[in-house]
Amino acid sequence: MANLLAKNRETGPTEEVLGRSPFLGVISDLSQSFHPNTSLSLFRRMCLIRYFELGIVKAARDGLITYPVYLSLGQEAIGAALSTVIPHYMIFAQHRCHGIYLAFGGDPVRLRDELLGLPSGTSGGRAGSNCIQCHEENITMFGHHGLIGENVPLGVGAALGSNRPTACFFGDGAAEEDYVFAAMGFATTHKLPVLFVCEDNNLSILTTVDRRRTWSMTKVAKALGMEALETADDPWTIIHRTQELTRNLPAFLNIHTCRAHWHVGVGQDGLPEWDRFELVREQLGRLGLAEKALKTEDEIQKSVGELWDSERLRTRLGR
Amino acid sequence: MGFRTVADTIREITRAHLTENDGLLLGQSITAVGWVNHTVPDCPGIVELPMSDVAGAGIAVGAALVGRRPIFVVRFQDFLILNGSPLIFYAAKTKELHGKSAPIFVRAIGAEGIGPVHSGVLHSLFMHFPGFRVVSPMTPGEYEEVWKAFMENDDPMIVSEHRASFSNSEEMGDLLVEGADITLYAISSPRFEVAKAAQMLEAEGIRCNVVHLLWLKPFVLTDRITVPLNRSRLGLIIDAGYEIAGASQSIAYTLGRATGHPVNALGLYDRTKCLCPPLQNKAPEAQRIFEAAKGMLGENKRCWSIGYGKEASLG
Repeated sequence: MANLLAKNRETGPTEEVLGRSPFLGVISDLSQSFHPNTSLSLFRRMCLIRYFELGIVKAARDGLITYPVYLSLGQEAIGAALSTVIPHYMIFAQHRCHGIYLAFGGDPVRLRDELLGLPSGTSGGRAGSNCIQCHEENITMFGHHGLIGENVPLGVGAALGSNRPTACFFGDGAAEEDYVFAAMGFATTHKLPVLFVCEDNNLSILTTVDRRRTWSMTKVAKALGMEALETADDPWTIIHRTQELTRNLPAFLNIHTCRAHWHVGVGQDGLPEWDRFELVREQLGRLGLAEKALKTEDEIQKSVGELWDSERLRTRLGR
Repeated sequence: MGFRTVADTIREITRAHLTENDGLLLGQSITAVGWVNHTVPDCPGIVELPMSDVAGAGIAVGAALVGRRPIFVVRFQDFLILNGSPLIFYAAKTKELHGKSAPIFVRAIGAEGIGPVHSGVLHSLFMHFPGFRVVSPMTPGEYEEVWKAFMENDDPMIVSEHRASFSNSEEMGDLLVEGADITLYAISSPRFEVAKAAQMLEAEGIRCNVVHLLWLKPFVLTDRITVPLNRSRLGLIIDAGYEIAGASQSIAYTLGRATGHPVNALGLYDRTKCLCPPLQNKAPEAQRIFEAAKGMLGENKRCWSIGYGKEASLG
């Protein structure tokens, strides 16, 4: 990782894709300009997502979760960063939405219960992992139903109908759906307050972007008439770029990230290209926040561990 | 009875919704020639959608999610195949899945004689999926009834309109006769043909009840629906859509099961609707309805008992 870091630190294009790397478009040393509390808050959200998702992995392997799950492991920084800068936006997330839900303040207990199919879940246990919604605690998050990209026209229509700022999250696969382009174009035509965020993990199931298309979604977004940027999933850069983009909506942000597990399920096919969680933890160390970060991580690990305690869950589920 | 047509009624309802209810109307090429057969008023609240059917329907559903109760105009029902995805997979599911409704009023306009993908009547498709209410109003009063029902409910509603109704200003009451031999149930544009068919049958000594069907889903078996069939003991459901796996067969099955009487279905043949006669495969007209009803009352009157578990005595 150190060699990779040295090799890529100087690359910094934000508007063109020059190849995936953890440093694509990342603004070097930007984290130093953030207040330590902001950086720790970011890391707290990332920890919540990471340990919640690891709890799912364990619960699935223990046979407690028997329904399909779409994990956000590896992609934690996106929700953590965006929830910091646009906490009040209406959210139209896609199928891989646990991280977004948790980062924006959704109740982990209700998410867990949804994954277990319990009536106390976010949708009463009726919808499941890829359909998470929340309409409480000042969060407005609409559930996805499983057609990739369907949330984009829905979010655009909701912005049209309410004029509320809206964030549509989708993946690099959904970006290829024709109705995504059309909805983004409509948002430009009507100058709607929508931030389009592509969580670009380079994979549709296991088919990489370069085998599916030769074009860049960022260039398409620009051609449609909106501001558009590329970056890797460094959370400080995401915050900075989002602050820039949200001054003139609609806008598009393509964030290169790594899915650590299968498209659906808790299996893995080797290590991801990079692990942003580890990179952020290292950066917090360079910022002199290692001790506080470790304390944060321990707290979250403990509290989330209790949430997924196998014995308690077995009792609750009657198994 | 005044001269307010169905088109006038739609236009007035729409104007009130857009100007007084903070409603929206969305569709493609709405403010163009004819303003959708004079059914759309010139007022604020109209959103011209790009020619992007799936996205356009999704945008309309999104507006429904935030409470604007949009009217979504689909100029030809065949286009529902493209527009249907956000309606079927999102609007119709969100209430049951999440407890959050998407009340959208889908004006799906049927037509006749303008080719293979502009002449369809597709309400049967939407009867198939849970979460929709499906209606087919053909009179001003019926249109007001379905609009009131939409505003008092939060389910998405598929309104299967038909161009043949837009100039109609008359209400269409059921026709019940003493000693009827058969009850004709009509849906959509065949409703304008069924009275003629009844007269043709009457001329041959066959007495008919005529019942007009507005609500396709939910299809409630009220006395108005079942009593005529229980008296005539033979029924025929006539629809402007395809007969196979369509509204006519579905309702015939429901009515047959509920009453124990033979009920047949009459809709489009299993062929593409072509542009020119004789291949247009038009919605059943009076002659075809006449022949179908007469056929049911043919010499072998016991044949219709097949599938109902008992023989029908039609003599």
